[in-house]
Amino acid sequence: MCLAVPGKVVSIDHSADPLTGLIDFGGVQKQACLEYVPEVRVGEYVIVHVGFALQRLDEESARASLELFEQLGLLDEEFGDAWEQAARQESGSEVR
Amino acid sequence: MKYIDEFNDPALARRLLDEIRATATRPWALMEVCGGQTHSIIRHGIDQLLPEQVELIHGPGCPVCVTPLDVIDKALEIAARPDVIFCSFGDMLRVPGTDRDLFRVKSEGGDVRVVYSPLDALELARRNPARQVVFFAIGFETTAPANAMAVHQARRLGLANFSLLVSHVRVPPAIDAIMSAPACRVQGFLAAGHVCSVMGTAEYPELADRHRVPVVVTGFEPLDILEGIRRAVHRLERGEHRVDNAYARAVRDEGNPAARRMIEEVFEVTDRNWRGIGLIPASGWRLGEAFRDHDAEHRFDVADIRTEEPAVCRAGEVLQGLIKPTECEAFGGACTPRTPLGATMVSSEGACAAYYLYRRMSGSPAPRGARIPQEEMNPVG
Amino acid sequence: MADLATEAARDATKAPADAAGTPVDPANWTCPAPLRDQPLVVMGHGGGGALSAELIDQVFTPAYGNPTLATMADSAVFDLGGARLAFSTDSYVVRPLFFPGGCLGDLAVNGTVNDLAMSGARPAYLSTAFVLEEGVELAVVGRIARAIGSAAEAAAVTVATGDTKVVESGHGDGVYVTTAGVGLVPDGVDIRPQRARPGDVVIVSGPIGLHGVAIMSVREGLEFGVEIASDTAPLAGLVAAMLAVTKDVHVLRDPTRGGLGASLNEIARASGTGVRLRERALPVPDEVANACGFLGLDPLYVANEGRLVAFVPRDRAEAVLAAMRAHPHGTGATVIGECVEEHPGMVVVATGLGGTRVLDLPLGEQLPRIC
Repeated sequence: MCLAVPGKVVSIDHSADPLTGLIDFGGVQKQACLEYVPEVRVGEYVIVHVGFALQRLDEESARASLELFEQLGLLDEEFGDAWEQAARQESGSEVR
Repeated sequence: MKYIDEFNDPALARRLLDEIRATATRPWALMEVCGGQTHSIIRHGIDQLLPEQVELIHGPGCPVCVTPLDVIDKALEIAARPDVIFCSFGDMLRVPGTDRDLFRVKSEGGDVRVVYSPLDALELARRNPARQVVFFAIGFETTAPANAMAVHQARRLGLANFSLLVSHVRVPPAIDAIMSAPACRVQGFLAAGHVCSVMGTAEYPELADRHRVPVVVTGFEPLDILEGIRRAVHRLERGEHRVDNAYARAVRDEGNPAARRMIEEVFEVTDRNWRGIGLIPASGWRLGEAFRDHDAEHRFDVADIRTEEPAVCRAGEVLQGLIKPTECEAFGGACTPRTPLGATMVSSEGACAAYYLYRRMSGSPAPRGARIPQEEMNPVG
Repeated sequence: MADLATEAARDATKAPADAAGTPVDPANWTCPAPLRDQPLVVMGHGGGGALSAELIDQVFTPAYGNPTLATMADSAVFDLGGARLAFSTDSYVVRPLFFPGGCLGDLAVNGTVNDLAMSGARPAYLSTAFVLEEGVELAVVGRIARAIGSAAEAAAVTVATGDTKVVESGHGDGVYVTTAGVGLVPDGVDIRPQRARPGDVVIVSGPIGLHGVAIMSVREGLEFGVEIASDTAPLAGLVAAMLAVTKDVHVLRDPTRGGLGASLNEIARASGTGVRLRERALPVPDEVANACGFLGLDPLYVANEGRLVAFVPRDRAEAVLAAMRAHPHGTGATVIGECVEEHPGMVVVATGLGGTRVLDLPLGEQLPRIC
């Protein structure tokens, strides 16, 4: 369900109604409605579904995830208890 | 950071797989709710890479496949009218109604058009003022903001010739229904990341508590899916049933407030039939009172079409992992990917379709993702 | 939840609905009956996938099947008056008529030239037949005709005969062109899908998916910006260069409609062998991958108009590959997989992560999806 892909905001047409921008998907450009991410800026990434940007992508979260994955094996090898370490890492992302 | 390649890295995938293998000490059955995740799992062969203990059950998360038969029949009737331009997402055209599909209506002269976005349908309405333009508004919470915006704009622009045939479905009531089934085997859920990008995570803690299942909000790239599995297994091994967000780059707890406001303005919650499953209370959206005049069901007087779904196939049981596809009498005979009987065969990622392909390949057991419940597995709860 | 239950719910035919949390009874979950017959032609019958194959099996073969037709190669090969000929025909319908990298005229020449070349033939003569829709600008027809002229010159074939018909306005899509072609098959060359053998190396002549994505990028209602052009090109010269290395090329195919996925499935089925691909070896340009990404398409099913896929004996593969890379239409040639004894009739892809997936014959045309 819900094929949605990340793309980079190339330009924003503030006069368009609804608010519209040009999104670059790795060399492929398509217009998308930005009405649901009005605060987005050129250069930021959004997730796009059927021509609508649904959410801005948070680079810091993405990096944190990748760093966590990087450390999984290493923690196992070097520190033994990977779960304690990993749990500490991810505690901020638990929902409640 | 391009948010795709980084989350496809094979070396990191191996680390996650090793971690899952090291964590799982006994069998666990997880359901990925979303068809997009199922697609990714099959596409990358993730199901075959997981340790024996972790079984993935493909959930009913394809909005195309669960759209009920009577709504498809309504679509077919409307699309066949000479005054109508009928617009749909491409994957809806092949789904059979009672006696034909949208491809067939098109071949009989119906003006059926595939659009990429509901706004494309709106544009067709603007350019064809003398025709009725109907958009087939299906989808989960992810698609609802787009469809809501289309009808909202139609109202603002005074495009009276634009209407929606709505069959929106909502994920949390479906999870609730699946977990309420007496024989349910699902022990943990990978929740649909893009649904949560819109709706946030507030609906899940109560579900996780009541059914005592961990719920992990999960993305769609291979590393996202493996991380969702890793966290779910971690919770299960610890006997915890919490909600985790493993897709934080695209999901905030509050979702997208602007999109949710638009959904609330345009739609209202309704009960909905799910094809192959049956009626699930409060599991859908329909146009609210204020937008009822853009409702194609009323405009074209098809609200009375009611279709009984003949009980031929057992997709519902397959969807829950209660039987293997080959246990269904129709499998491979009356029901093939070419002539699908049910949702699990319509979708190329459905358990039955995957099973069918692999059986052809090896003459024997199915892929692990479409795998059968094993006798020794005791459902929890 | 009960208080959210609505009028519609109470009306609904099968409603265990009134109570909140009424458990779903999976034994009663049902599914609809199938649509088995297709009494009308649908678009998928022309998509080069399973529906096209059914049309041939169920309608054409019973009507006029014969051993030559049964080869199901891109062109037929037969002896006539002492010569070994390849013969092929194809109709060209494309919307829009002009697209980045070419037009209908280029396709009409290159497509038939390539069908001949896939038998190893040297294409010699073509016919062209136009079906024109009343009201089409003559300038458009002129542009297409000139494109046919220059494409024929580039492919070193002669347009030897032709025909024109006009249909009433509204009964055609502007311009349709049908071409047929003949060519000479060199001695000792026997190229057909049945000859694939376990151990063969599978080579593709360059990046895939360019034509299909270029067309989609300018198709009404789908428009997107992308700096790629159709790969339309004549491949007879490339094939000649390959045959100069060895006449023992087993199979050639130009993966047009249905893409590489359809071509490889047809070869696997015709030869009763399995095909194993390495996903990471597939030459999918970023733009193609990304366009397919947001439309929900698989690049392996997207059309090409200037590529070929070759099955070559392992001991000649390296030399053939070198010859391909030295040719202007094969600079991007690369090995993508091999022919195996396992899973006969099927194509299996080893994914980048180390799993596998089955690459099935597509049913019909791929459409943008949301799911």
